Amino acid sequence: MDMIRRTVLKGIGASSVLTAALAAGVLKPTQVFASTEWNRAAFDAKEASAALKSLGATNPAESKDIVLNAPEIAENGAVVPISVTSNIPNSISIAILSLKNPQPLSAAFDFAEGAMADIQVRVRLAETTPVRAIVKTADGKYYSTQKEVKVTVGGCGG
Amino acid sequence: MADPMKIRATLKGDVADIRVLVSHPMETGQRKDNSGNTIPPHFIQQLWIEVGGKLVIQGQTGTAVSRNPVFGFKVKGAKAGDKVVIKWRDNKGETRSDEAAVA
Repeated sequence: MDMIRRTVLKGIGASSVLTAALAAGVLKPTQVFASTEWNRAAFDAKEASAALKSLGATNPAESKDIVLNAPEIAENGAVVPISVTSNIPNSISIAILSLKNPQPLSAAFDFAEGAMADIQVRVRLAETTPVRAIVKTADGKYYSTQKEVKVTVGGCGG
Repeated sequence: MADPMKIRATLKGDVADIRVLVSHPMETGQRKDNSGNTIPPHFIQQLWIEVGGKLVIQGQTGTAVSRNPVFGFKVKGAKAGDKVVIKWRDNKGETRSDEAAVA
């Protein structure tokens, strides 16, 4: 009983300190990174919808202000260059999902302190698949765009 | 200990264009060796990028990131000489940190 009470008190203490810091403007929301733990649930998810749910990104709105660059045809699925630039104001995160990969979530990035929502990464694609970029803004909204990449030789097994 | 990262940070206006090449097998856990045994997964899970002493980007990666990953980032408000520190941590708990200066 005592243990439980202590845990609860500790939880309340920590969150009220954070709330106070936010209220005082010490920490602007854009400067607080959401989590420092690797999001195992999101990366292990076998379906894009489950991965999005674990990221907290349900029903992202389609947006033309996200520029997703990926080759139309990838001869080698093991190394597919992807770049994502968000022109949506106050973009704070970008996630990349390859919908037909065994685990769709490939990578996710959080930005603060002047980092622009602009990333390049090379990913593996198991087969021809839509690649999707999900952008989160500081007000907690999610946006997305996607592009189909044809894969000649898959890059996951082998 | 993993090989050092190659970091290049070039200033264009007030934006630092950061490119990093990480030396890492990024083993997916789906490949088999010659005797048919599954090669266990070994991949980078987290990435931190600091510019001028401030944590600006935090990344999470899964097994779908290619072997010897290359990442590109852009950070506004950087100055020549700012220190860029990049650190990663993989699923085995190994870490590596390297630095370069914005030029």
